[in-house]
Amino acid sequence: MIMTDDAFEPKIIAFLCNWCTYTGADLAGTSRLQYPPNVRIIRLMCSGAVDPIYVLKADLMGADGILIGGCHPGDCHYQEGNYKARRRVVALKEILKSAGFDDERIWLRWISASEGTRFADTIREMTAAMKEMGPNPTRVEWAV
Amino acid sequence: MKTLIPVENGNTLKTLQEFLKSLLQNGVVDVLLVPMRTPGNTVTPALVSDPALLDSADPLAPVMPGNAATLAGKLSVRAPRAKVGAVLRSCEARALVELIKMQQAALEDLTLIALDCAGTYSVPVFDKKDRGEGMWVDLFQNAAAQPDVPDPDLRAACKICEQPVYEGAQIAIELLGNNLSSEIRLTMADELGARLGLSESQPNGRLAVVEKLVAARTAQRDAEFQVIRGKLEGEQGIAGVFAACIRCHNCMTVCPICYCKTCVFKSAVFDHEPMQFVDWAKQKGAYRLPADTMLFHLTRLNHMALSCVGCGMCTEACPAELPVGMVFRAIGQRLGQTFEYAPGRSLEEPLPLITFKADEWTEVGE
Repeated sequence: MIMTDDAFEPKIIAFLCNWCTYTGADLAGTSRLQYPPNVRIIRLMCSGAVDPIYVLKADLMGADGILIGGCHPGDCHYQEGNYKARRRVVALKEILKSAGFDDERIWLRWISASEGTRFADTIREMTAAMKEMGPNPTRVEWAV
Repeated sequence: MKTLIPVENGNTLKTLQEFLKSLLQNGVVDVLLVPMRTPGNTVTPALVSDPALLDSADPLAPVMPGNAATLAGKLSVRAPRAKVGAVLRSCEARALVELIKMQQAALEDLTLIALDCAGTYSVPVFDKKDRGEGMWVDLFQNAAAQPDVPDPDLRAACKICEQPVYEGAQIAIELLGNNLSSEIRLTMADELGARLGLSESQPNGRLAVVEKLVAARTAQRDAEFQVIRGKLEGEQGIAGVFAACIRCHNCMTVCPICYCKTCVFKSAVFDHEPMQFVDWAKQKGAYRLPADTMLFHLTRLNHMALSCVGCGMCTEACPAELPVGMVFRAIGQRLGQTFEYAPGRSLEEPLPLITFKADEWTEVGE
């Protein structure tokens, strides 16, 4: 848990596709763009390779935000992985909402390899939104 | 064609057995998957090749020891296979449709014989009621006369079952809304009817009875959904509803849709190192064991709620008596509305999570 004094610092788990969003994050780094250090990046080959079970696990273990990043529609390295990821996220959000969780903690964003600025902006935006939402209650729920 | 078989001496079951025998004798099927009375007078599905043994067939017995779609899948999934006739209730037929889409069953050489269902008892309740042969009579009469007042002993899933009739089988045995002491009405292809020596008959007033029952069950369903949603969306959420779960995985084992040979929850993914549990315990101060109980239920929802046919086998199998089936149906309905999908409705509708459109949900991914 990242806590300094009373300030709440959200922890964001990001599942990023190798070809677009991860490379975009890399570009943000090599371009020396500043963005909040609240994100923990996990690289996958495709947003379509994100098994929702790990998104759920992160959510249940107290991650305040979960970002899934993929190529823009039409740009998937594997043709259609991101379209399938989108349906999975829609289903997952519906299930979480119906089961009493806050589905607003899960974001799906298309960020290309050339959009380092957009990546930095997204992390800034998401960190601010999660600060607004407050800590994920699952941080302290042990009986889940 | 619509056809009927006269019931002799008021013995509906005997007439039904004779009809099933005719399917074997005329070579329509090589074997029949059908509920049978055992010598100990319990009811179990069996694969019958000898017509004489169909004297023990009892598809009318109001008990459902399991969802037989799983069995029909195992008998049909790959060649070489026999011509199998499967006598199934609506929820079983709908589960079979889902299994076909999941490539765990195949329609080739399979004759689906769907039977109207007025509801079933759990195995222990059926036991306490002495497993009598005529138990179905009251259920069918009550379904027609007082659809608003279901037998209180019926399984929870059956009380809210708004699909007691399955359309789209090769042979439909239409029991609801008909005078079962005088005739059994059937719908099948003209060719098949001719082969069995049956002739066309006039339709009767069955539809009104079915519609009334469906309306009553739908109202009951919506009331139950409201209750369970109140809990799921309440303070405790799904963790409150499944708080007493003992993680036996029975719900998964009996679910006709959960077909994976090795469930991820029994795979190496969950073979955690000893210190992993300690880390989690330190992270939250305490950690429920067995680990990942809500993850199990949420993942199962994610894997199969869209295909949940509401047979309620999970609820039957739960030793903690949790409303598993109600949760899955209630959430499954929401998912179905989102994806405009109804499990078991049509083989033409692809499973929502294996397909996509390029221009949908643009607001979800930005």
